[in-house]
Amino acid sequence: MFSNPDLQKLLFGRLTLDAVPLHEPILLITFAMVGLGGLAVLGGLTYFRLWGPLWRDWFTSVDHKKIGIMYIVLALVMLLRGFADALMMRAQQAMAFGPNEGYLPPHHYDQIFTAHGVIMIFFVAMPLVTGLMNFVVPLQIGARDVAFPFLNNFSFWMTVAGAVTVMASLFVGEFARTGWLAYPPLSGPAMSPGVGVDYYIWALQIAGIGTLLSGINLIATIVKMRAPGMGMMRMPIFTWTALCTNILIVAAFPILTAVLAMLSLDRYVGTHFFSNDLGGNPMMYVNLIWIWGHPEVYILILPAFGVFSEITATFSRKRLFGYASMVYATVVITILSYLVWLHHFFTMGSGASVNSFFGITTMIISIPTGAKIFNWLFTMYKGRIDFDVPMLWTIGFMVTFTVGGMTGVLLAVPPADFVLHNSLFLIAHFHNVIIGGVLFGMLAGITYWFPKAFGYKLDAFWGKMSFWFWLTGFWFAFMPLYVLGLMGVTRRVQHFDDPSLQIWFVIAAFGAFLILLGIASFIVTLVVSFLKREELRDLTGDPWNGRTLEWATSSPPPDYNFAFTPVVHDHDAWWDMKKRGYVRPLSGFQKIHMPRGTATGLILGVISIVFSFAMIWYIWWLAALTFVALTVVTIGHTFNYARDFYIPADEVVRTENARTALLAERV
Amino acid sequence: MRARRFWRNGSRIMAAHSTAAFTADDFKGPGDTPVFLDADGKHHPEGGTMLGFWLYLMSDCLIFAALFAVYAVLGRNYAAGPSPKDLFDLKLVALNTSMLLFSSITYGFAMLEMEKEKRGRMQLWLAVTGLFGLCFIGLELYEFQHLIHEGATPQRSAFLSAFFTLVGTHGLHVSLGIVWLVILMVQVQLRGLGDENKRRLMCLSMFWHFLDVVWIGVFTFVYLMGVL
Repeated sequence: MFSNPDLQKLLFGRLTLDAVPLHEPILLITFAMVGLGGLAVLGGLTYFRLWGPLWRDWFTSVDHKKIGIMYIVLALVMLLRGFADALMMRAQQAMAFGPNEGYLPPHHYDQIFTAHGVIMIFFVAMPLVTGLMNFVVPLQIGARDVAFPFLNNFSFWMTVAGAVTVMASLFVGEFARTGWLAYPPLSGPAMSPGVGVDYYIWALQIAGIGTLLSGINLIATIVKMRAPGMGMMRMPIFTWTALCTNILIVAAFPILTAVLAMLSLDRYVGTHFFSNDLGGNPMMYVNLIWIWGHPEVYILILPAFGVFSEITATFSRKRLFGYASMVYATVVITILSYLVWLHHFFTMGSGASVNSFFGITTMIISIPTGAKIFNWLFTMYKGRIDFDVPMLWTIGFMVTFTVGGMTGVLLAVPPADFVLHNSLFLIAHFHNVIIGGVLFGMLAGITYWFPKAFGYKLDAFWGKMSFWFWLTGFWFAFMPLYVLGLMGVTRRVQHFDDPSLQIWFVIAAFGAFLILLGIASFIVTLVVSFLKREELRDLTGDPWNGRTLEWATSSPPPDYNFAFTPVVHDHDAWWDMKKRGYVRPLSGFQKIHMPRGTATGLILGVISIVFSFAMIWYIWWLAALTFVALTVVTIGHTFNYARDFYIPADEVVRTENARTALLAERV
Repeated sequence: MRARRFWRNGSRIMAAHSTAAFTADDFKGPGDTPVFLDADGKHHPEGGTMLGFWLYLMSDCLIFAALFAVYAVLGRNYAAGPSPKDLFDLKLVALNTSMLLFSSITYGFAMLEMEKEKRGRMQLWLAVTGLFGLCFIGLELYEFQHLIHEGATPQRSAFLSAFFTLVGTHGLHVSLGIVWLVILMVQVQLRGLGDENKRRLMCLSMFWHFLDVVWIGVFTFVYLMGVL
């Protein structure tokens, strides 16, 4: 491009035209499809004149409900990417036997399994969980927004910036080939000199800032902003699990930040934290990343437990069995999740006593988890159960997750783990708990709270299709992996020699195809429900005969959530209100103090993307420039003291009167 | 009609105002009939900023915890290079430590003046605090430059990697604190000692003292125990 290589290096760092993978047909086709899809979306937005509303009502909004929904949209988009990776892996492993090399060369296959793990955990599961908590928690505790509304918007855009950075690696350069936790020395400068690991580091660092801040935000919200009367033991279980999850986030993500920063120093500065020479210690990395990583899996599963608790009680028409024991079980899991990290690498060689300690603590976690399962079962016992879609997901979860939990206890036995370590048995186990637990939970939660967010229910037929395809698909896809793992097949293998294994991989690929139908059915559900929205409309705000405060307001809730802050007398506050003849007030509305929207979060997110890109490609001038820009925008924001406004009383009256009319229409 | 400042946090500094201020009993109707709504807008939770900032500090504390743990593991891996005894000048570090400790005291004086609403004197103490902070950073940079000059670079051994990262991270925090201090002084000058600025000064106060505590850990575990 330039005749002077020094000038080119100064301007573009190590970025050259070769970084764009024009020689990879798979990537080119993907790029074309993404480009066309993107153009279609942009065109559609322009055609329907949606840019203004999108900017005003969504991108710059600090409304926790809007931000929650945006998190979930991000997660669903990233789910498509992460699942495309999964399909490619299953297809490769189903065909690459003996003379057949499959269609993915090792360097590409390795990037795919890394990207699949990173995307599914950080950019699908995390945004689903954060999104759901963001949407539901303030409504459940009778608050009007979170404690720090601007920070909430900023957190969201940082998560988006991380996702964009991962996606950029697909088209410019490469992604890490190290597995989703990027263990050194493989991820060190000597073994991974390319940009892949740097994409990994910066994507996670940026998204991690967002996650940490949203954790702080939600803790402060839950601790400080509950409606009067809602003591800790009157909080809905979902709020309890959200509190514990956010405590885990605040207590775990800093470790990830620190360990990735040290890996960056090894790569950028040449320090010796995790190198094999000059005193470095790679196992230090493995320990630290799992001190974050193990709490992380509980960060994901606890809110799912919360969702199931709400759904089981609502659809069994009964008070949740063992509320207090559910709370204690959640807290015990929160604490224990810090005492088990070493079970991820019993093979480190730390000796029998250390391994026994971590093996036993791991097994102990199954006790509070088992207590929860029994609580849900006893809630259903003698209940009048509605087998609506959220309840189906819940039952599917209970069956699937219990199996995953039991294989987890198997893996917790150190001698067994020495045999099963790094095998497909492990892969089957954690997909069993993450799909069967987290994903089913989030899909259940989305189905359950969708009418609250949009004012109409999701179509039940397609919802059931999605459920059954996911459930059967999961069992077909992962039971063969248990078998293969017991036979000793290790993970992250791109080609096999033994043809007798092939049939199991073919079955697993069939399962992945069923899951594809499950995802497609879910998208169809969204489309069909939108088209049938008048038929599925919920005017009451309480379509499931719910128990907690979010059902006390309209669907979708007004910007201010509640015209009057509710006063709580019981842990199923809304159920209590309905039972004791609560009458919705028709007058006496006052002006309401609200936070003002701002574009600062979005601006900081965009600059962060450029900054990380510059760091990844060694474009130092751009990195310096964007760093200064980040600082200036942040400082500038602190000079803005006008962050609030009042919704005038007559506007509140108008909104509430409109709802009164709708309610009257229904009767 | 009272403003519902439900999301504005801690506008009363250190106020014990929180959700706990009201319970369901405060909303009893005539003859003990349950009241389900806060019709007068009595409930406006505040004080979240202090809690939120404290949570942030604890998360920051964990970053330091990780760096301390790494130093504990790698701190003896000299790789045939220099050890703490060869490198550390305790007198210099003692001087440096006193700078930071003094800055904490002067920040405390600034907060006392803030409580008395004496803006000018508060600004003066803040300026003194910032100068002590600058001295600390200056001495630290001098120490680093000296070490690097002697060949004890972060790339020399795992011990030095861990040392520079731990101490450097602390130094970076102090530098950030100084920038923040200057910004706050400008904001106080522009807008006076309103609730918001007082809240911000309280946050910086917590940050500043926190860094002091971390430094005591650094001084003890890295310097004193290194030379002993």
